[in-house]
Amino acid sequence: MRFPENLKYTKDHEWAKAEGAQVTVGITDHAQSALGDIVFVELPKVGRVLKAGETFGVVESIKAVSDLYAPISGKVTAVNEGVVAEPSTLNRDPHSSAWLVKIEITEPTALDALMDSKKYSAFVETLK
Amino acid sequence: MLKQTALIDEHRKLGGRLIDFGGWELPVQYTGVMDEHLACRSAAGLFDVSHMGEFVVEGEDAENYLYHLVSNDVKKIEIGQAQYSALCLPTGGIVDDLIVYRRAKDRFFIVVNASNTDKDFAWFQRIHRDGGYRCHLVNESEKWSQIAIQGRLAETILQTLTPANLSGVKTFRFVEDTVLGTPAIIARTGYTGEDGFEVYIPWAAAPKVWTALLEKGAPHGLKPCGLGARDTLRLEVKYPLYGNELSDETNPLEAGIGFATKLEKSDFVGRAAILAAREKGLTRKLVGIELKAPGIPRHGYKVFDAEGRREIGVLTSGTQSPSLKKAIGIAYIATPESTVGSRVLVEIRSNKIPAEVVSTPFYKRPY
Repeated sequence: MRFPENLKYTKDHEWAKAEGAQVTVGITDHAQSALGDIVFVELPKVGRVLKAGETFGVVESIKAVSDLYAPISGKVTAVNEGVVAEPSTLNRDPHSSAWLVKIEITEPTALDALMDSKKYSAFVETLK
Repeated sequence: MLKQTALIDEHRKLGGRLIDFGGWELPVQYTGVMDEHLACRSAAGLFDVSHMGEFVVEGEDAENYLYHLVSNDVKKIEIGQAQYSALCLPTGGIVDDLIVYRRAKDRFFIVVNASNTDKDFAWFQRIHRDGGYRCHLVNESEKWSQIAIQGRLAETILQTLTPANLSGVKTFRFVEDTVLGTPAIIARTGYTGEDGFEVYIPWAAAPKVWTALLEKGAPHGLKPCGLGARDTLRLEVKYPLYGNELSDETNPLEAGIGFATKLEKSDFVGRAAILAAREKGLTRKLVGIELKAPGIPRHGYKVFDAEGRREIGVLTSGTQSPSLKKAIGIAYIATPESTVGSRVLVEIRSNKIPAEVVSTPFYKRPY
């Protein structure tokens, strides 16, 4: 299981990575592994304004349906159509090429409330 | 405390992801549902189905008793033959679906769904007591392990471990012989739509048979398969699953198992009610559907007519088909809209997605 140190994490198993006001969001390695073979992804439209904790899409594996929750508040500025077309990339590369959305953050300090890699890996450990 | 099969250590060694499946600790997957599913379709899959229940019915009235108890005609079963059947309530609702194996003139072996074992056995006893049949019933579920080996290479692999001539065993027939020297019932039955066998062996013999099959099968591409692949494999051939397609509120005709429901029999539990339902006209039918736009149908999703105005049915199972790469589902749909080619809508998270009723099985084996 990988827990890259340059990412921030939520209890719902999303990751977030800030580059200025742009925050890239995806699901974690643990999330893709728990879901199994991912076969369907539904993402929001560019321009939608999300509140932290709000459902912004869905990831489905062969067996399960799982909602996606916004880690932070902000406006969706980009969605990864490549993942929608090829959902299995989420199983192969969840932390990088299979990012899901980019959000223009409303409150830059909001990321501080998320877990760092050490905290998140410890949290995942408690779920076993 | 979850019940475990004799193969629990093997599942752990193989890295199986263990879940609570109706009170049993069983692997939902080892390497992944897709991978296991495709291995079973292209080569072979190995399944631990020891959680299934096994009953013995023996005695001079055994045949008459079962003739009265289940929907199919057990009088037509020869020694060495197996038959699929429904166990019904007087209302025509389904208690379970099961397989009856005839081991001798007066001796039957019956395999039922794991989660229904206790309920089924109580119903078996009740009908037995009420009819005063001269035969006895034993719940032998704890004595038997069951390993299924399914796929086009199943015979080749299993043949290396048994002196029985497997090519002589036809579909829905079985032989009593040995596997690795252990007495076994070897039946050409299964729940995947592939050729293959279900092997019944004494409980404790499972680890050595399982390990040997994995070893002999691996070079052929055999993989251990969990409950996830078992479900997608059966779904692609529209085999019903109790709790999804079948329940005490569905009758065998609407559930599409009329082929195992012999209404021409003089009597069986539920017959009158099923006949009455047929006379009245079936209000709904179990059909296969295929989505025509992105989405995946799932158990419980609602089905609407093509205009989206009337709710006309409900999904009982659904998935992204690993073999066909399409979103498929099984649904109860109002009879007028249940014909092949009929356009319907499936409600997925408040969107209505176009779908079509298609002929089934979705997948047909190419050999």
